[in-house]
Parts: sequence; structure tokens; C-alpha cells
Amino acid sequence: MAKPKVFEKPTGVKDYLPEAVAKLRTIERNVLDCMERWGYRQIMTPTLEYYDTVGVASSTSDEKLFKLLDKKGTTVVLRSDMTAPIARVVASLLKDHPLPLRLSYHSNVFRAFEDEAGREAEFFQTGGELVGDATADGDAEVVALAIAALKAAGVQSFKIAIGHVGFLHGLFEEALPDRPDAQDALKDRLLQRDHVGFRNALRRFSLSEFDRDRLESVLRLRGGREICERAERIAEHEKARDAVRHLREVWDALCDYGVSGHVLLDLTVIGDFSYYTGMTFEGYAADLGFPVCNGGRYDNLLRQFGRPAAATGFALKTNRILELVGEPTALPPRRVLVAYSARRRTEALRHAADMRSRGGTVVVTQRVDRDPNFGAAGCAASLGYDDVIEFL
Amino acid sequence: MAYLLKVAVPKGRIAKHVHRLFNEAGLTIPECLDETRKFVVPAPDLGMEFIVAKPADVPTYVEYGVADIGIAGKDVLMEENRHVYELLDLGIARCRFSVIGLPDWRPTLHPRVASKFPNVASQYFREKGQQVEVIKLNGNVELAPLIGLADRIVDLVETGNTIRENGLVELEVIADVTSRLIANRVSYRMKHEAVQRLCDQLQRAIPLV
Repeated sequence: MAKPKVFEKPTGVKDYLPEAVAKLRTIERNVLDCMERWGYRQIMTPTLEYYDTVGVASSTSDEKLFKLLDKKGTTVVLRSDMTAPIARVVASLLKDHPLPLRLSYHSNVFRAFEDEAGREAEFFQTGGELVGDATADGDAEVVALAIAALKAAGVQSFKIAIGHVGFLHGLFEEALPDRPDAQDALKDRLLQRDHVGFRNALRRFSLSEFDRDRLESVLRLRGGREICERAERIAEHEKARDAVRHLREVWDALCDYGVSGHVLLDLTVIGDFSYYTGMTFEGYAADLGFPVCNGGRYDNLLRQFGRPAAATGFALKTNRILELVGEPTALPPRRVLVAYSARRRTEALRHAADMRSRGGTVVVTQRVDRDPNFGAAGCAASLGYDDVIEFL
Repeated sequence: MAYLLKVAVPKGRIAKHVHRLFNEAGLTIPECLDETRKFVVPAPDLGMEFIVAKPADVPTYVEYGVADIGIAGKDVLMEENRHVYELLDLGIARCRFSVIGLPDWRPTLHPRVASKFPNVASQYFREKGQQVEVIKLNGNVELAPLIGLADRIVDLVETGNTIRENGLVELEVIADVTSRLIANRVSYRMKHEAVQRLCDQLQRAIPLV
């Protein structure tokens, strides 16, 4: 590649100017406050982690990890999400802390560069993790919290689609017993969102008409609580039954939270099969082409750090939400300019300090290049201040 | 109608197939998408709006969500690797991806493959465990083996006439290609009733193989 021009930066990273930062901070504060009220306390972890620990354990695929070498040649990664670092902390620094633990975060995370706009290499995630609760109520709490967080962030119209990896595991084992390759092929097609490939694979597998039909009907298992009955009709496998029972319990709990209007069940929402172990979900906002949040249950992760525990959590894609929500409704603070001459500096600076101690925003300057045609008010407006106080 | 579906359709060769398929599904597109000079064709009776796009760009519009739904060739989907739902095989614009070469082709020490679809070509040979050098060309790919730029090419074959007329043969078939109905990840869920209805209507009109 040619030497970069001075204004260029790597693809996928962004600058944020003051207006955007103000908006981002408002979202961050509102969401973290919301989670604080649910008892989730904020945690910070380092930007760099070892590849062999957090890197390998994270749900990010290897080629998307941002890898670096330290001086000794050890591979380190820029964190690709906050879930694996939090698991590390829960299993080490917090290992004597009783479970369940409720933790929240707002953090920048990194993915390897891709050559296209819209696929970011650094972005913000705001989320929460509930560690040590294996119940459907725990899953419902996390979904309800994700909904509360989206509302707190200012997202108006959104839907959460909930699935469960256990249903498909069970159904595929039942319909394709002892054919792990075929099961993986089907899961891979669903993960790639390739329904045509899924149906073509079913035709190749020489299945009975009954098995083919019920496997194909998975693609239509979308809707409210009623789809649980349909799901039970097509799968008798214990894993699948457990998954449906669990989803029904989550749904009922979400009704009691009063948020089921935001929720739909979709048994093709599966996230990453190797990572998620139970319920998974994804959130979508109207007018935005990309999901705004995702989450689910990952009961195998903590074990990799030496403290086996059930866990469930979610992350908002805060950058995406930034594109979506309007300007903050609160007015920006009044900005006052205090201009002084050398002779009256003590007096001017004392005045400024006094105003700041009462919460004012004050800029001090030694002189103003004042247009003689304007009065003080006109001068303030032309410089972008709400007021000018002169000590000349 | 509650939802307005934005549908990205390819202009050119495939447009008239799409037009006919929609017609047979009982969905009358108000203008001929192949002849119109408009980029956006509203169809308020259908609750839809058609965005007329270059075929290779359809998956991009759909991935970014500026179109909810799109019609794209499997060739483009294989080459572009976009994050979209592939919902339905529309069975139109049928052709295949093939490896093509001279009839007396023999394996060479440093194989070179020319293609308009470099990602499809490199992925295919990697999966076969062969390391080849892929050269991207923009058209008239059949020329490459004739003048010695590459020993083989990867290209779409519809009737096979072009390759026969140039004295070439199809060595291997990589994949069958047809047009697909694709959907944006968010639209698929936020507008799932409208998307499913369109899917079902088109399914009934798809020509049986």
C-alpha cells in the first residue's frame, strides 16, 4: 500500500467530534445508570489480553481477532468483546465473591481490519453479565434488562428475537442420528443465513418425507408463545423438549416484566453454536440495517477459566445506536466567555472560578478581537458563546 | 398496508425474468423494470418500492438495509459473501460456475486461473487442496487460455455456446447458479410477516425444475 496521507487513518476506526461524544456519553450514562438500578455494577478490564486465554475463549472467530506480538514474542489480542475478560475476572479476582454476580460495562472492543466501510475495527459495546444463575428467570432478567437498556439509550422502535440452541441440537440428533457431519452442515447453513442451502442439503441427505418436512418447517418457527406448541410437535428429543419448556418459561417471565410486546420467538436465532449453550437473542431497531444488540447463555465459558458457572448476558452495539437516536433532549450547557486585561486578571479569574464552582461553563481569554460594530451580545454570538463578561 | 418493502432488483438480463415471476405470483409491477430509466419505481398497490440496481450491487444494498429484500444471482452471493438471508431459490436465470480450459489441458507446475469471480475461483481450488494463482479479469475471460494468460478460467456457463465456439471445454462444474431472494437481517425480523408473505407468493410461482 502507498504511504498514507496525513489525514488518513486505518479502515474501520473513527474519530468522534464533540457533538458525537456528547451524544455517546449521554447514551453510555443513561444505559449504565439503568443497569445500576438493576443492581449491575460496572467493571473495567484492560484493552490487551493474552491470545491463549481470553483470545481463545472469546466467541470471536480467530481470523477476526486483532493480534499483536509483545517483546517476548507472546501473542496478545485487543479485546474483541467484554464477556471473556469478565469471565477471567470472575474466576480470578472475584473467585471468592459469592454468585450470582451482576456486572456491567461500557467499553471499546476491536476486530481485525476489513476492507469495507461499515465493518468496524473498533467500536463500543455497553452490556451486562449475570454469572451464576442457570434459571429461565435469569435469562428473562437479561432480556428484560436489554430491553430497558435499549429504551434508556433512546431507541424507540425495536424487537428482540429469542431462540435456543438446544432445540436444533435435539431436533437434528433425532432426525439425523449418528450423522454429526450432516448435523453440522445444517447448522452451518443456518449460521450463514442460507435457507436455500439448508433446503438443498435436506434434499441431499435422503431423509424420509416426514423428517425432511419437519426439518424444513424449522425455518417457519417464528412468532409468539404459540410457536412453542408447533416446536413440540416436530421434536420429541429430550434436549429439544427442554429447550422449548425453557423458552416458554422465559416468555412467561417476560410477560410478567411487561415487555413481551417487544419479543418474538424465532428458533433459527442461534448465534454461535460452539459458544452459546442455551437461549440466544438478537435485537433489531426499525430503520437500521444491522442488529443493535445480542446476547445469550454461555454456560461453558467460565469453566475455561477454572470456575465452572452458568452465565448469561448481552451487549448493545452502542455505535449503531448512536446513528439511530436523535440529539439529546437536554439543552447543552451555557458557555460564557470571560475576557480580561492584564490589569484586572485577578478579579476576572476569581469571577470565573466562582461561576465554575456553581456549575457554570466558563472560558477565559486575555483579549477579544472584538468587532467594533457589535455590542457585547453580538460579540458573544459571533464567537459561539451565550454571554461575554469583560474585565478590561 | 402497514409496511413498505423496499425491493432491490437487478437491471439487465434478469429483469424480465423477475418481472414475469412477480406477475405469475399475482404481483404486478407497474413499469417494465428492464426499460425504465428510473432508479426507484414505486408500487403502492403492492406496498413495495423497487430499487433498480446493478446486479452485483444488490447484496450490498440489502446488507446495509437500504433495501429490505433483493433478487441476486448465486454467482454474486458466492463472490461477495454478504451478511444477508438467502430465503428462496427463484429458479430463474439458471446457469453454472465451471472450470474451463483447452481440450488438451494438463496439470501445470504453476497453475494460473483467470476469472471475473476471483473469490469463487480461489475458494474452489483451496477446498480442492490446490494452490493456484488467480488473475482477475473484467470480461471476455475466454480469451485468457487462448492467448496464454492463464491455463484455465472460472466462469458462468449458460448454454456452453461461447466456450465451444472458442474451442474450449468445460473441465469441472463448481456449482449451479440461479437467482435468489435475499433479505436484510433486520428486515427479515422487523417485517417478517410481509417478507414471509412475499416469499410464499413467489414460491408458488417458481418454475419446477
